[in-house]
Amino acid sequence: MYTFPNKLRNLAIAFMVIGFLGLTYGFLSAPATLEESKAIVAASHSDGHGTSHEEASHDPQETNAVEVQAGHHEDAAASHSTSTEEGHDVDHDEHVFHQLSNKPWAALYVAAFFFFMIALGVLAFYAIQRAAQAGWSPVLYRVMEGITAYLLPGGIVVIVILVLSTLHLNHLFIWMDPEVVAHDKLIAGKTGFLNAPFFLTRAVIFLSGWVLYRYFSRKFSLAQDSATDLSNHKKNFRISAAFLVFYIVTESIMSWDWIMSIDPHWFSTLFGWYVFASMFVSGITTIAMVTIYLKSKGYLEFVNDSHIHDLGKFMFGISVFWTYLWFSQFMLIWYSNIPEEVTYFITRIEDYNLPFFGMLVMNFIFPLLILMNSDYKRVNYFIVMAGIVILLGHYMDVFNMIMPSAVGDQWFIGAPEIGGFFFFLGLFIFIVFKELTKAPLLAKGDPYMGESERFHY
Amino acid sequence: MSSNKVIHALYDDDDTLLSAVKTIRSEKHHIEEVYTPFPVHGLDKALGLEDTRIAIMAFIYGCIGLTVAVVMMNFIMIQDWPQNIGGKPSFSYLENMPAFVPVMFEMTVFFAAHLMVITFYMRSKLWPFKKAENPNPLTTDDKFLVEIELHDNEKELTSLLKKSGAIDVSIIEKQE
Repeated sequence: MYTFPNKLRNLAIAFMVIGFLGLTYGFLSAPATLEESKAIVAASHSDGHGTSHEEASHDPQETNAVEVQAGHHEDAAASHSTSTEEGHDVDHDEHVFHQLSNKPWAALYVAAFFFFMIALGVLAFYAIQRAAQAGWSPVLYRVMEGITAYLLPGGIVVIVILVLSTLHLNHLFIWMDPEVVAHDKLIAGKTGFLNAPFFLTRAVIFLSGWVLYRYFSRKFSLAQDSATDLSNHKKNFRISAAFLVFYIVTESIMSWDWIMSIDPHWFSTLFGWYVFASMFVSGITTIAMVTIYLKSKGYLEFVNDSHIHDLGKFMFGISVFWTYLWFSQFMLIWYSNIPEEVTYFITRIEDYNLPFFGMLVMNFIFPLLILMNSDYKRVNYFIVMAGIVILLGHYMDVFNMIMPSAVGDQWFIGAPEIGGFFFFLGLFIFIVFKELTKAPLLAKGDPYMGESERFHY
Repeated sequence: MSSNKVIHALYDDDDTLLSAVKTIRSEKHHIEEVYTPFPVHGLDKALGLEDTRIAIMAFIYGCIGLTVAVVMMNFIMIQDWPQNIGGKPSFSYLENMPAFVPVMFEMTVFFAAHLMVITFYMRSKLWPFKKAENPNPLTTDDKFLVEIELHDNEKELTSLLKKSGAIDVSIIEKQE
């Protein structure tokens, strides 16, 4: 049995405290009124010597204020197209105010979703192993089950944020604002799908489906340890196959709901797959890193080089798969250059140049070069190094999916962003390692365990 | 001391073959060659063969393919005959790069795959109409053959091979 070391527990709690302070600071320093917002913008302009990000994001702001308006709120721009220049200025100030007050919420949401997505990705990976009756991975089942323990708390946090959005405590989802919908034909046409009650119902149904599968699969897995027959294993196989069907449909709709609808004018048909690739590779990377951590502490003695090698192959392969989807989405939209589609990438390339292309280096070029060599995939140090970069890269991926629509060019990786990341990292570590203590780290009843222990490449 | 006599041991199971190869090598006999009807997992390690270097060549071939694609598309689309496609005039390679990525990818794969196959054939000394080298046609069906060079130790080797599970042991005189 694994015991949760005090050092790690304290580290997790420290992360949560630091993160909580960062988030609190973020929320407190967000402007509450239009005047405060103006003061913040004026201060960062007169300063001029803030960080380079602040500079970069503020300099072009004056000149392309009109463009930003046109891109984000076509409705607003259209309804005010006849207004005077002063009218535009007032409008712009109010727009920046909304973006700045959105910022801590968006930071919270990005981090909450990112860690939730890791747990969901691991759950999908776990279900695939079960449904495929994989022979190599049963030694890792308990690690995966530990990570998926975060699914319920992480999912509840995300849904609470969504509920707060529907209560208008933040403006992450502009389609929730009846004022906006009234002046926007495109969004008005989507209200059959994008309305608060249906939106929340979907979220609850999806999360309960995933959590139910996780609950029963864990139950059968534990029962199999002391069972004399294979009935639990077979039940697990059946529910895993059923879950995968449920998952790929609900995951896709979830990605439209929770991420794509932040930008309700824009749509991409492969967005569900794109988010899936991101969560899958983050999940597999997390499995590898938790496994290597436990192994370095003397646990998981039955996990050998070949298991790490296989996880490394998955990290490499799914990173390339993610890039394939990213590029497929990008190139079609870039080439066709249709205004309502291409705004998505224009805002990202103009206002988010560094995170947008930086994430491509972190998620594709770095893992491609580091993990290509067969021998490197057996060196724990390489897997951990690549894993840290991949995880940060996919945090940036979620950041790039949510921030541009939520805060426009007012982004900055500051206290709320870092705080949010650390808060959920601490929570994640705490819950995952707590769950790992609850069962033996070897699922010894699994019929494929012998094959998995002898697995070699 | 080299002789032109070899001993051929025939096996009918890949697991027996693997353990036999291990015992033969632990008795310090040099295995000339093993003929199998299909790739046997772990045989290269049991024989103590060096790791293949074809992966390194694959990477180099891929890089060549990528370079060829970049140079080719730059010449075709930018220098030789710039065209305006979809409102994107081809005056700069970098600005039009996303459109060339599929070509870059395909050429990388094409070069890596084809040059790897050619390299493999050359290294294995295979070419069209080449006469088969395997001494016993049974190795193209379901038998495994181990070939060991003899140095006046026929009796010792024969008993060792029989003990290791060979179904047939024969001594062959090679014609030079």
